[in-house]
Amino acid sequence: MEMAGTRSRLTWAVNLSVGFLVLLWIIPTFGLLVSSFRDRDAISTSGWWTAMSASERNAIVRADAPDNAVQDGAVWVVTGNAFDSGAGNVTAFGITSREPEAFAPGEVATHPKGHEITVAANGDYRISYAEKPEGSRGQRLFVRAEAPPSFTFDNYREVLFAEGMGKSLLNTFTVTIPATIIPILIAAFAAYALAWMEMPGRALLIAGIVGLLVVPLQVAFIPLLKLHNGVGLGKGYLGIWLAHTGFGLPLAIFLLRNYMVGLPGEIIESARVDGASDFDIFRKIILPLSFPALASFAIFQFLWVWNDLLVAKVFLGSGENELVMTGRIVELLGSRGGDWEILAASAFVSIAVPIAVFFGLQRYLVRGLLAGSVKGG
Amino acid sequence: MNQLFFAVSTIIVGVFGCVAYFYFSNIVLDRVFPARGPNAGRNINRSTAIRPWLFVLPALLVLGLYLVYPVFSTFFLSMRDTSGDFVGAQNYVWLAGDEKFRESLGNNLLWLVIVPAASTFFGLVAAGLTDRIKWGSLAQSLIFMPMAISFVGASVIWKFIYDYRGENQGEQIGLLNALVQAMGGDAQAWITLPFWNNIFLMVILIWIQTGFAMVILSAALKGISEETIEAAYLDGATPLQIFFKIKIPQIWGTIAVVWTTITVTVLKVFDIVFAMTNGQWGTQVLANLMYDWMFRGSPDFGRGSAIVMVIMLLVTPVMVWNISNAHKENR
Repeated sequence: MEMAGTRSRLTWAVNLSVGFLVLLWIIPTFGLLVSSFRDRDAISTSGWWTAMSASERNAIVRADAPDNAVQDGAVWVVTGNAFDSGAGNVTAFGITSREPEAFAPGEVATHPKGHEITVAANGDYRISYAEKPEGSRGQRLFVRAEAPPSFTFDNYREVLFAEGMGKSLLNTFTVTIPATIIPILIAAFAAYALAWMEMPGRALLIAGIVGLLVVPLQVAFIPLLKLHNGVGLGKGYLGIWLAHTGFGLPLAIFLLRNYMVGLPGEIIESARVDGASDFDIFRKIILPLSFPALASFAIFQFLWVWNDLLVAKVFLGSGENELVMTGRIVELLGSRGGDWEILAASAFVSIAVPIAVFFGLQRYLVRGLLAGSVKGG
Repeated sequence: MNQLFFAVSTIIVGVFGCVAYFYFSNIVLDRVFPARGPNAGRNINRSTAIRPWLFVLPALLVLGLYLVYPVFSTFFLSMRDTSGDFVGAQNYVWLAGDEKFRESLGNNLLWLVIVPAASTFFGLVAAGLTDRIKWGSLAQSLIFMPMAISFVGASVIWKFIYDYRGENQGEQIGLLNALVQAMGGDAQAWITLPFWNNIFLMVILIWIQTGFAMVILSAALKGISEETIEAAYLDGATPLQIFFKIKIPQIWGTIAVVWTTITVTVLKVFDIVFAMTNGQWGTQVLANLMYDWMFRGSPDFGRGSAIVMVIMLLVTPVMVWNISNAHKENR
């Protein structure tokens, strides 16, 4: 009995700790996500955690001009609504700047000049004069109102079409697609040879590839930039595709070889006995069977290229047709440092695709991670 | 749209080029050494000796050009000055005396100690806890998610948390400052706070890498044989004792792999520092310093290369360890 009690208390503790940990891990992203849907004023005057509660604001509204008053029985009235856009809920109003919250909605305030003013909770005001009033300046109303939480897509519209993120999204796609697909094919052939073909120096090649896995990319920048300039490639898409292909190959070969070594040898042997060439074996047996490993690498490479900043800064120009999203965001961080509505929406435009890939294909990603770092996977 | 067309045609040319190369080179090989006729036996031997090289050749060429050659080239460049003259170890001597370099090296070492340790620790805790509950895989997904976010995106996310408003600029909209104020403290400009700003930048990488550590360690924990745990349980061990005395010792190898993988990531850390502070306020790191020397107004490729060689040197122990591990597994 006591044992069971301790166990359930422990389960509670574990559940709470995990809940706390998960909260800690998603709150940062969530905060920015919420902010990307708030308007500029809301972001800069209140924390995002207040976004769901109604915000109270004070506003000064000028009522319609007395000239426009219409006769209503014995009195002349001016009517209208204190909220020029959207709805709101008036919590108090006043007619002088000294006492802006003197009256509750629905109460009647009497102006020193004699006319009577009332503002309803929904913002409708009514000013009644005993005689036909004159003048083009309307009565000033001080209104304290609760605005319901409001969210907008305007930030996204602005970053996509005015701040250039739309163009950068296209540029990022342009970099990512070839840089993901081309290394796969080159790596797959090499991985097959390293896994299933007899060749001298095979162990040495494998060791070399494991070594290249951790070579810092920085090593390649200066020599390759010189090389690209030397052969007339300069900074451009072709150069960055080649660079990403080169940088992705060690992991691609490593992952694919590890996977292919685990495929059943009997199938390959019997195909050889039946007279199939290595090219046929690769195409008809190895490639289809290796699909999970190919998918794993494709996801890795896609995420890595999509999220890369450094390689793009070195091998690609920063013109309108070449600046990728990460580069654009860094520029915005410099030029629009305090404009969180722009930064938040930009960040989420760039994050959306990887997150979708992540949640859609997580299985392959995890499998690839395991194959890449623990034997057997 | 033009450039997408360019991209798609590159894919087609690239993919077809590869396939055509492999296909035709194999055919040529079979023509040159036909597996019939008087010399059939010798020809088969020769073509089997050559064929693997046809398969690995494109990969070796690309790897050679984009990774192996640059290592040597950078080494030679590091011994030249801006005009390309050989200056021996002069760039390294300059590095040793340069204040910014010392700051960067010190910061990198700090990152090297804190980030892998914290990520592995949180990853282990998350793995150990999520293993035991029903919604564990959902929790793992959510903790793992930052892995999909770019370092730049993560920097924006965290810069918003560290946001600071001066005294007359109204309410604090950064979460950290709001929390500090709620607990009675004073709001601070965290990003410019000497020394501690380094820690705040590290938090970003820890946030990203914990998911990676968790996924790998969780798989390792699942791989532990039930028998040892059952035995310990029957002997009256508490869950905590089982975790620390039975499970952890069995996954030391995996912990080491996770630790070293994160170590390599940390040594190359660039984006976070570049986006958050660009090395100001005492947060410079080697990769960013190198970038700076490479792209400043008057670039100095010699000094930049010397900094890269230092990063390379720091990575080498991990490289050697990885190779020897892979070698052991393949035997």
